[in-house]
Amino acid sequence: MAKIWIRQAVLRALDDAMSDDPSVIVMGEDIAAAGGPFKVTEGLLAAHGPERVIDTPISEMAFMGAAVGAAVCGLKPVVEMMFIEFIGVALDQLTTQAATMRYLSRGKLTTPLVVRASAGAGQGFGCQHSQMLDHWFRGTPGLKVAVTSNARTTYGLLRSAIEDPDPVVILEPRILYAEREEYEFDKSYRIPLGKAEIARPGSDATLVTCGAMRRVALAAAEASSANIEVIDLLTLWPWDRKTVMESVARTGRLVTLEEAPPGSGWGGEVAATIATEAFGSLKAPPHRITLPEAPVPYSGVLEARFLPSPAYVAEQVSALVSTNKPPLPWWRKAA
Amino acid sequence: MTISNSNSPLARREALANRLEQLTRMIEIRSVEDRIQKLFAEGHVRGSTHLASGQEAVSVGIARSIDPDDIVTCTYRGHGHALALGVTPAGVIGEICGRVIGCAGGLGGSMHLVEPEVGLLPTAAIIGAGLPIACGAAMAARARGKDRIAVSIFGDGSANIGAFHEALNFAAIRKLPVVFVCENNLYGEYTRIQLSTPVEDIAIRATSYNMPGVIVDGQDADKVAEAMAAAVARARRGEGPTLIEMKTYRYSGHSRSDPATYRPAGELDAWLKRDPIDIFASRLIEEGVLAAGGLEPLKAETREAVERATAEVLESPAPDLGEILSHIGAHSAGGDQRWNFWSR
Ligand SMILES: Cc1ncc(C[n+]2csc(CCOP(=O)(O)OP(=O)(O)O)c2C)c(N)n1
Ligand SMILES: [Mg+2]
Repeated sequence: MAKIWIRQAVLRALDDAMSDDPSVIVMGEDIAAAGGPFKVTEGLLAAHGPERVIDTPISEMAFMGAAVGAAVCGLKPVVEMMFIEFIGVALDQLTTQAATMRYLSRGKLTTPLVVRASAGAGQGFGCQHSQMLDHWFRGTPGLKVAVTSNARTTYGLLRSAIEDPDPVVILEPRILYAEREEYEFDKSYRIPLGKAEIARPGSDATLVTCGAMRRVALAAAEASSANIEVIDLLTLWPWDRKTVMESVARTGRLVTLEEAPPGSGWGGEVAATIATEAFGSLKAPPHRITLPEAPVPYSGVLEARFLPSPAYVAEQVSALVSTNKPPLPWWRKAA
Repeated sequence: MTISNSNSPLARREALANRLEQLTRMIEIRSVEDRIQKLFAEGHVRGSTHLASGQEAVSVGIARSIDPDDIVTCTYRGHGHALALGVTPAGVIGEICGRVIGCAGGLGGSMHLVEPEVGLLPTAAIIGAGLPIACGAAMAARARGKDRIAVSIFGDGSANIGAFHEALNFAAIRKLPVVFVCENNLYGEYTRIQLSTPVEDIAIRATSYNMPGVIVDGQDADKVAEAMAAAVARARRGEGPTLIEMKTYRYSGHSRSDPATYRPAGELDAWLKRDPIDIFASRLIEEGVLAAGGLEPLKAETREAVERATAEVLESPAPDLGEILSHIGAHSAGGDQRWNFWSR
């Protein structure tokens, strides 16, 4: 099997989608001539030309809105937001315009577009360039939200998103772009949106996670004395209740591991759903492992503490399994 | 030893009235940027950095033309502006190295420098963010009955974002005391201005908002200061905002990972021939402020000072883990430290 950079999975997904469907176009800042700020679009311009691979000015509102208009009228735009925070200046076009197009036209007008963005912490980019922000989109009916976690899920989710009839936000953990992984591309490979996967089977607890936290969860499961089942949710909205519910029915415990502050994390929705609908199968209260409710700090020592480590996750899950009581997060223990 | 070595941002700012200090500060900016690049290679800097070598005349020209209690918003390309406004080399380098000694206590990093004492709001990492904020600072100044002004510094690429147009319009109709300063260094990231912007001069956009649009040689600190003085005076008289376009150039790539291969051959060399430090040093020699041959010793002295600041930074610890949960809101750890802009 060949070793590839995870960012190459983005490139291959875009390249293959553009080859398969002439209505797919790609837009963003420095994505064409320069090959992308993270080199995920290298070679696309040469392969598909400047009418389909489009460098934009620093005008997110204009190109996000243009994607909406183009999508309504027959193209399939894939828009790159270099860092997910940048969509802040263009949010109306996605959350208020694209998301209501189908509804307001009684199904006649649709916006099959994809917003892909690098997201997440861990590299010292500071508080305005390090968030996941999935909650900005999960809170909007009409949008789907997925998070990639390795080369395979990147390819599979991106291809599905581009083929989806509705607007989809794909968050790509930036920290993974430069990781190398064994992966053999398969043009027909898709991960259906709304479907989670069991990344590691286990019997003592169900650890639900996504994105860059997938590998943290897997490392924690290896390190823990408890037998932890790890589920990669992949799509955060709509999320795969069935897979999670069935797993909790087997393990009796739910832990969510989120790269987000507690107040807005998807784990709240998952925990509430399980507590409500699978109450009878729970041996312990649902437990959430999150970031503290704080901006992402720059200093390396602080950011390392800020993000859940495998050791911390293992300790938290083990504590839940052995006591059936949710342990306190580190910042409340310290206080 | 020059006043540049003071630990007080305010004293450093006030020192800029002196011609030799103005030159020293420009050299200091260059030396700090050079040192930061080295610190990156040495593994002391995380994330990214955006250096402003080549743009020193803009920073010093602006800083010497406004008062320390005027408000400044600027961008991630802000090391030079922060130093010019008065932040100490240790405050800037320390922040970029994530140490307690940094001007944001190591919580912000390269893109987020701040010093309320000299009017610098946290530099923003989002394009266009600072322009509307400057409008609000100007509103507050007027409401408080102060003749203070706000300055917003941004790049040529930022003139294509909605916030630029909205802020200029907003400031114009309310005749707000704002000076909008566009540093046109010809590139936004890896894209040359002609490919992203249909006009060569950003200043022309002032016309749409019925304010003066001024084009300035951004490599000449005196020309920068002269244009600033006129705009500042107009703002203080209550006549409204001005858009000033500084024609300048960044010597390095956009950020640390950018080798800037997209630049045409010879372009950098042509700009190096109009180096802002050389231009200003020659003028000071003409004025008799600097001895002939005085530039090199001054550079060496300044580099040494920056080296001392770097040593101080590297001895400074990383922030305490408790800082993670400090200053999120008024009731968080750390207490409410609200700065009173109107006490002076
Ligand atoms: C809203 C937003 N979009 C994109 C970016 C990414 N970005 C950072 S700097 C930059 C180029 C800005 O160019 P310019 O305004 O000319 O300033 P310069 O870097 O040349 O000083 C871009 C696109 C951002 N920070 N914010
Ligand atoms: Mg520029």
